[in-house]
Amino acid sequence: MNNVIVYCEIEGTTVAEVSQELLTKGRKLATELGVDLDAVVAGTGIKGKVEEQILPYGVDKLFVFDAEGLFPYTSAPHTDILVNLFKEENPQICLMGATVIGRDLGPRVSSSLTSGLTADCTELEIGDYDDVRTKQHYDNLLYQIRPAFGGNIVATIVNPEHRPQMATVRSGVMQKALYEGKAKGEVVYPEVAKYVPETDFVVKVLDRHVEAAKHNLKGAAIVVAGGYGVGSKEAFDQLFVLAKELHGEVGASRAAVDAGWVDHDRQVGQTGVTVHPKVYIACGISGQIQHIAGMQDAGIIISINTDPDAPINKIADYVIVGSVEEVVPKLIKYYKQNSK
Amino acid sequence: MSLNIVVLAKQVPDTRNVGKDAMKADGTINRAALPAIFNPEDLNALEQALRLKEQHPGSTVGMLTMGLPSAGEIIRQGLYRGADTGWLLTDRGFAGADTLATSYALATAIKKIGNVDIVIGGRQAIDGDTAQVGPQVAQKLGLNQVTYAEEILKIENGKATIRRHIDGGVETVEAPLPVVVTVNGSAAPCRPCNAKLVMKYKYATCPMERKGDEPWADLYNERPYLTLNQWSVADIDADPAQCGMSGSPTKVKNVVNIVFQAKESKTLTGSDADVESLVQELLNDKIIG
Repeated sequence: MNNVIVYCEIEGTTVAEVSQELLTKGRKLATELGVDLDAVVAGTGIKGKVEEQILPYGVDKLFVFDAEGLFPYTSAPHTDILVNLFKEENPQICLMGATVIGRDLGPRVSSSLTSGLTADCTELEIGDYDDVRTKQHYDNLLYQIRPAFGGNIVATIVNPEHRPQMATVRSGVMQKALYEGKAKGEVVYPEVAKYVPETDFVVKVLDRHVEAAKHNLKGAAIVVAGGYGVGSKEAFDQLFVLAKELHGEVGASRAAVDAGWVDHDRQVGQTGVTVHPKVYIACGISGQIQHIAGMQDAGIIISINTDPDAPINKIADYVIVGSVEEVVPKLIKYYKQNSK
Repeated sequence: MSLNIVVLAKQVPDTRNVGKDAMKADGTINRAALPAIFNPEDLNALEQALRLKEQHPGSTVGMLTMGLPSAGEIIRQGLYRGADTGWLLTDRGFAGADTLATSYALATAIKKIGNVDIVIGGRQAIDGDTAQVGPQVAQKLGLNQVTYAEEILKIENGKATIRRHIDGGVETVEAPLPVVVTVNGSAAPCRPCNAKLVMKYKYATCPMERKGDEPWADLYNERPYLTLNQWSVADIDADPAQCGMSGSPTKVKNVVNIVFQAKESKTLTGSDADVESLVQELLNDKIIG
């Protein structure tokens, strides 16, 4: 009762990394609140295969729902598992990945339970809240912190009255770490039919293709990222050349993705990938907060921009005032000349 | 079979092209600097709806939106492209709604419209990026949902076959009607406005959009299709407690303007000498290499 619970997403029998990141965050929140960390996972043929991917992150109780039809994911059965489990367990906080699955499931569950849900949080904290209208004071609410309104502001959202307080978080935003303390590590296998009526299995997955990621942007030590200021597809292709030379990966701002210069899966930022590289080379990126939310932990930030006052320059270690078209080929040239 | 299609669409501030004047000196949003636009993924949704209408003769497409009276523009933009009708939910009672209160209002309106076969909306709106309203409308109506759709491949025997984006790939699902579909930005772009339809509907307005002194005011008596449906909380028999601010479990505790932790940065030019010395410095410090 009143615990923190994390919905763990799977592909086959592999637990998603974002879920492990959230278990680590959930463990910290639970410890701060003095409650247990619970986890729930649902799939087909997962018993005995997923427990060791979940428990080491400090889980006190894990609910494993294993039955035919629970993988691949469809909305209705997973919704009913969470809704009915939450009616029994009354968790105060529920976290899930801001993945395609989490963003399909989260709102459906929140609507069923009439509880609030905040999407794509970049920080989660515990704190107090005073409602200025009702003059009521609340202790220990979940602060769901996220950029809003095109990234011009950061909003802290709370759900004072409704439980669970639900939040989704993108992959890579939190850092996963095995729990060094002692957790109870209990595992239960509830009877799925008690939670999921047969009528839930009406949406059929006819065909499914999942490919392993084509790149390792999330874990890259060097990221060369381009924004709208790159100017053209041809100029953007130069970033790939530079990234290859530096053994790095190419990222992009939303504007560059929208312009069609680069695939969506390379978008860095609140609604894309969060990166933690040693070096981040921002080419023609102005630096909206949604983008910065995805790269601000970079060790060294180099900004190449024609505008000396671009917002990103404020957090950059090196600012090169110049056009990407002109500077990037020079970086390639002098790197080749000097690195040998 | 003919289909009764409802498109969910939202008028949003164009947060994609935010300039430096987007924030006022006092830290509040300068709404005047952000033009109101048709939410981009809702246009992808509209295209899917119009294609279904073409494939299934006798089908109708209605635009459902909630917002200020000026959001009547969303309905007009739909009519210009081939939609048949529309409904604007506008009322102070709807104001301040979070996604849950919004989905309650939309779901209640869809019940009022009645006998809807398929509800199609964009995956998410660019002013919030939450992607919550579609699934929440589906839950409130007790319908199946297919999110992140890229193409509605066919509707046959009361079932929709839909290709959708998933993390790292695509899948094809089959869902019985009625169904709520949210469409991803990777779906086909929307067709442009049709000039004849623009001529036909350019004066179409909701009553609250009118000042009363329009030179073409007489047309509203002659052509009933120029008066768009405008619904209040009471018109859709909604529970006021579940609408707007009072129906919203999430509260905004505070909002802060972004202040970057300024670093001391080294500023260089794009000259050969500057670029080469930077590369050498990074190599010497083993930052790259």
